[in-house]
Amino acid sequence: MSTENGSGETSTQTSYGKGGGEKGEVLLEMRGLKIEGMADDVWHEIVHGVDVTLHRGEVLGLIGESGAGKSTIGIASMGYAKPGCRISDGTIMFDGMDLRKTPEHQLRKLRGARIAYVAQSAAASFNPAHKLIDQYCEMPVQHGVKPRSEAEQEAKDIYARLRLPDPDNIGFRYPHQVSGGQLQRAMTAMAMSCRPDLIVFDEPTTALDVTTQIEVLAAIKDIVEQFNTAAIYITHDLAVVAQMADKIMVLKLGDMIEEGFARQMIEEPKEEYTKALVAVRTFRKDEDIPKEESPILKVENVTASYGGGVMVLKNVSMEIHKQKTVAVVGESGSGKSTLARAITGLLPPLEGTVTYHGEVWPNALKQRNKDQLRRLQMIYQLPDTALNPRQRIRDILGRPVEFYVGKKGKEKTQRVRELLDMIELDPDQFINRYPGELSGGQKQRICIARALAAEPELIICDEPTSALDQLVAEEILKLLDRLQKELHLSYMFITHDLATVRAIADEIIVMLLGEIVEQGAKDDVLNPPHHKYTDLLLSSVPEMDPDWLDNLLAERAARKAKGEAIMESMDN
Amino acid sequence: MELSMVLKEFWKELKKAPGTAWVGLAIIVFYVFLAVFAPFLTPYGESEVVGYEFEPWGENFALGTDNLGRDMATRLIYGARNTIGIAFITTALTFMMGSITGFMAATLGGWFDQALSRVVDILMAIPSLIFALLILTITGTSIPALIIVIAVLDSTRVFRLARAVSMNVVVMDYVEVAKLRGEGLWWIMNREVLPNATAPLVAEFGLRFCFVFLFISALSFLGLGIQPPTADWGSMVRDNATLITFGDITPLLPAGAIAMLTVGVNFVVDWFLQLTSGLRDEH
Repeated sequence: MSTENGSGETSTQTSYGKGGGEKGEVLLEMRGLKIEGMADDVWHEIVHGVDVTLHRGEVLGLIGESGAGKSTIGIASMGYAKPGCRISDGTIMFDGMDLRKTPEHQLRKLRGARIAYVAQSAAASFNPAHKLIDQYCEMPVQHGVKPRSEAEQEAKDIYARLRLPDPDNIGFRYPHQVSGGQLQRAMTAMAMSCRPDLIVFDEPTTALDVTTQIEVLAAIKDIVEQFNTAAIYITHDLAVVAQMADKIMVLKLGDMIEEGFARQMIEEPKEEYTKALVAVRTFRKDEDIPKEESPILKVENVTASYGGGVMVLKNVSMEIHKQKTVAVVGESGSGKSTLARAITGLLPPLEGTVTYHGEVWPNALKQRNKDQLRRLQMIYQLPDTALNPRQRIRDILGRPVEFYVGKKGKEKTQRVRELLDMIELDPDQFINRYPGELSGGQKQRICIARALAAEPELIICDEPTSALDQLVAEEILKLLDRLQKELHLSYMFITHDLATVRAIADEIIVMLLGEIVEQGAKDDVLNPPHHKYTDLLLSSVPEMDPDWLDNLLAERAARKAKGEAIMESMDN
Repeated sequence: MELSMVLKEFWKELKKAPGTAWVGLAIIVFYVFLAVFAPFLTPYGESEVVGYEFEPWGENFALGTDNLGRDMATRLIYGARNTIGIAFITTALTFMMGSITGFMAATLGGWFDQALSRVVDILMAIPSLIFALLILTITGTSIPALIIVIAVLDSTRVFRLARAVSMNVVVMDYVEVAKLRGEGLWWIMNREVLPNATAPLVAEFGLRFCFVFLFISALSFLGLGIQPPTADWGSMVRDNATLITFGDITPLLPAGAIAMLTVGVNFVVDWFLQLTSGLRDEH
């Protein structure tokens, strides 16, 4: 333990100051926690009596799919329930205080000072009108923990510990002037400002690129250890939580499924559900349909920009062959989605050509004919916004059937039912529903069916699984794979998730800043020697090994010490 | 089947509606009833002179007679028919013009949006009552001219709203999907944008209806609205205004009729607004 910890302890001697603070002592104990949520004017129980025990200096990982109640439980540890929710039963003991019986004005003094919260989206949680360091200092000053000048000095120290670039000055920037990963670290720093006993991290890296995620994970792990802070780490990614947590608790639909030490949970899970979570991402498509000589789609020297300014695509060339999946990989801002827009004609390329079966297509969407449009379909990242909430499934799928194939009346309905069968949704049950009545995975299936309705040859999938829970995402990948075999489809699969790439790709294209840095068959790209950017991407994907992060950081440090050229995340 | 389901939904919402919405609906239903059955509910003809001028309330004339000796009660009921009818047609026209141009501006964007928006800015810069008076003195005061002039002037406000609402819709992926599919402008506006923009437009419809109604009454009061002998509430107030000086409240009755309808419509609109904003919370 460092000296900073000592000074931190003396300066937090408020009326709600720390108790003893020995590592291993019980800090938070929730017993029989029940939480209810309001829907359709009725209270529904969403957490059904969960027990959580957290010791000082311990990191507990809460893991589960959306709707598992992990965030709700995490927030309940502060004695707080979101609007529309209420804590209906159970006890929440924090350091000897029953938070359910503590009056609101005392809870307010507790929050921030002794229990802090780090939200998923730092960008949405910072006030854009104030500098980072002002927001850092607000809490300690407000709680009367330390004066402004001291807080400012400390902020710089913590920024340095979190390995933010230029720690002395970065605090004087506004939130929009730093990158997403830096902002997330600044938020972690802010949570640390009062040296709390407990920090709740609510999916702090979910919105970040893999290469950036590493930096944030490493920073969080470091600082939690340095200050001996207890933490609740909420995520849906078991591989991430395995790096961070001492203990893991698996949740499903408001019930605890399994709890145990991280290593034991990964290595020998007991419950079926946990086993499924550990085994996720093991899906591999079977290979080997011989590659046809001439490609379906050929993109040559395409250059594109938004509004004529910066070139977002520079001289990109690629090919897609029949019944093959080409994965386009890169971080956000690498131009991979723009490439899709250029191919579809939504953003007509400034230079270069798109050739389809040897026929050069017009660059702009408006000049393409109906048959050209039919052959190339698209699936989006967010099924919520890709489906019109005011149209029934019948109409969403029926329209392309009518528009492209010309089927009407009974024939059309028949075809819609066939499509629903194809995506494994029961036609009788789903045909008259609105998208709002479906789950995320079901919505994405409808999007796939809509693309299939046009009877296309090539589908561009723009991150179709990244907004879904992992188990659901895997089902979608399997579905896409099956459809590829049955209908001889080709896919262009845009993603930032290399695990997905391993699962489904035949060929891989790695993009960086609008250019292709590496492309080739899957095995060639995934096996060394790599381009150094590919190397950074590949090594940054979390693995189901609790030692992975430590090993990786050690290895990177060693290689750097040897003077080897390795690429740093662009975040720094 | 479809209709009965919609009605059922409506009934379910109605049962949850606050008391004010019920009052508002009752007022509107009452007015519509009067307007539709005016000939059966009135003892005399609309512009028939049946007695002396300004007769007091009594057995023959429940609410007395007006400045030309026509039955006040009869004209009040016919006034509902004329004023509400014209206001409704005008508002409907306003919304057709305003929302179609608004949706087009949002969907097409670019110079079309710029040109249309600037024209609307210019129209909105001139006080609409004065502008309407000016144009009506040129075109004459026929009812079609009245409807068109008010509709055009008022559609500028609907344009702004429709454009703003659909701006949020046209950036959605499902609109892009429709564009990628090769759908035309009409389909995109009618099937993709409109269903997602109806809620605020319906709420605005109620408000606009009130404003149009007051606007017509104001024009009639100034003598450029609905022309005699057609009964309408605005001119009825003007024609009988002198009675006020004698302590007779008769001229307040048409004014009260206007006020009550405005209040009723606003109650219903408030309820709609609450419903639509409530729906937004769920997402």
